[in-house]
Amino acid sequence: MIAMVRHARYVLSENPVTGLSFALFALFLFAAIFGPAIAPYNPLQSDAANALQAPSAAHWFGTDQLGRDIFSRVLVATRLDLTIAFSSVILAFMLGALSGVAAGYFGGWTDRIVGRLADTIMAFPLFVLAMGIVAALGNKVINIVLATAIINFPLYVRVARAEANVRRDAGFVEAARLSGNGEARVLLGHVLPNIMPIMMVQMSLTMGYAILNAAGLSFIGLGVKPPDAEWGIMVAEGANFIQSGEWWIALFPGATLMLAVFCFNLLGDGLRDIIDPRQRT
Amino acid sequence: MLKLLLSRLATAVPSVVGVLIVTFMLTRLLPGDPAAYFAGLAASPQAIAEVRTKLGLDKSLPEQFVAYIVDLAHGNLGNSLSTGQPVAAEIVNRLPASAELTLVALFVAVAIAIPLGVLAAVKQGTWIDHLCRVVTTAGVSLPVFFTGLLLAYVFYYLLQIAPAPTGRLDVFISAPPDITGFYLVDSLLTGNAETFWSALKQLALPAISMAIFSLAPLARMTRGSMLAVLGSDFVRTARASGLSSRTVIFTYAFRNAVLPVITTLGMVFSFLLGANVLVETVFAWPGIGLYAVNALITSDYAPVQGFVLTMAVLYVVLNLIIDLLYGLVDPRVRLDA
Repeated sequence: MIAMVRHARYVLSENPVTGLSFALFALFLFAAIFGPAIAPYNPLQSDAANALQAPSAAHWFGTDQLGRDIFSRVLVATRLDLTIAFSSVILAFMLGALSGVAAGYFGGWTDRIVGRLADTIMAFPLFVLAMGIVAALGNKVINIVLATAIINFPLYVRVARAEANVRRDAGFVEAARLSGNGEARVLLGHVLPNIMPIMMVQMSLTMGYAILNAAGLSFIGLGVKPPDAEWGIMVAEGANFIQSGEWWIALFPGATLMLAVFCFNLLGDGLRDIIDPRQRT
Repeated sequence: MLKLLLSRLATAVPSVVGVLIVTFMLTRLLPGDPAAYFAGLAASPQAIAEVRTKLGLDKSLPEQFVAYIVDLAHGNLGNSLSTGQPVAAEIVNRLPASAELTLVALFVAVAIAIPLGVLAAVKQGTWIDHLCRVVTTAGVSLPVFFTGLLLAYVFYYLLQIAPAPTGRLDVFISAPPDITGFYLVDSLLTGNAETFWSALKQLALPAISMAIFSLAPLARMTRGSMLAVLGSDFVRTARASGLSSRTVIFTYAFRNAVLPVITTLGMVFSFLLGANVLVETVFAWPGIGLYAVNALITSDYAPVQGFVLTMAVLYVVLNLIIDLLYGLVDPRVRLDA
């Protein structure tokens, strides 16, 4: 543990960008938890007299076509965007890691079925598949979570399968088996915990992609419905005003979205450096 | 070569079968009763029953699947609810617009990413290497619809260099005669420079936004595999034999380093085909992505399903081409087959 902390400190000092990404992550987490409490305006309250105001001291990010404060909306949207991304990543992890570990550990038919399933998903351009799933299951936020989880599933399967496969005959697994543990117990109690660090890295690497995907879906009108505040749909609303020069409506939610994805991508790379030094780039 | 082609075709079969099963499942997953859905909101129970028989929804799932495949084999993707037009014809009409955009975007991405990756590897640790890292990290973080909007704002509204982000041609210019469906190619074939320029100007911003999004994995992979190859023994030998660094880098190193980059193309195409939908929405580009998005808004399901199937089949075919390309570049793969 101490060695781990020391190594983490070494990596952070080597790469200050990772430290920055941790700080950004904390900021986003703070906004997600306290956003609605600290927002200066009600994000849904329209104010026709102040519609389409450029950024000012009263409205830091300006106001949209209904006079709603964009700063408050961007702040409040953090919770919804991060919740969608977190839940889909956790769902993808649960489905993908379990079936991937089983495939790598048992091999044979389990491996073939799981592999075929993952390959079938990968045979689609992923965003297009997500569109099809949300369109089929119904235009709801929960289905965005589900669709994002499904398109991330093969990535988890692949990593979990490879990692479980190399540990199948490792000493600690043999020992667990010899002490009379059943296969399920060996798998869940010994193999899975052992590959958790690598899965954590995978989770933070796919978080950025999950956010992008969810925002993309709501940009084309799937899932989140107006007047709810969400980054993708806010950019879509602002898109109508770009041609007449009201840049702030789309810019601020879009830039925040970009920053969030950037933060999670850097965080993933940083975590990988700490946990899995072999893969350092 | 024929043997290789056949064996590669065989590997694509399971993917196609999987794609067909999934797209079939997607329609059957429609919430509620698909017959009521397709019959429309104000349909009587009788009309719904009629639609059910007409669509074959009263049959068992395997029977329905067979009927679905037979329809597909006849090139029938159903009709759009809102326009009543056959989906297949509409998709065929719009496909060239999407294909032109995607191919130009890919060309731009490759033209930037590969030299950037090679330079970053050759001059490791210099400013160009840092530039490469910034571009690759920023590239994947930029939501493609946001990049598109920003470019439109800067180049259309502020600088007024680019045309309005609406469609493939300026409103005052008529489309070139339909030869390939690619406006750039058709206008050149008919020698119409004005149309060519107009089409190129309209194409520039959407293609660049897509290229920015997809060049990151290419540049990152080029840099990584160039670095690995440059550190290998045969490159050291080539250098020690006194070959010029130009020969070493391009003839010896690059040809080997390009293999993993070709593999990455599969992922890049997945990105591009998805980004296509978003970029077409931003730039009102009359391709199949915009068609699907418009259908989604009106809950018109047949076009969406046809779109997903078309994209998936295109993607399988592209992966097949990438596989064959791999065999062309690397003779060892050909021997294995």
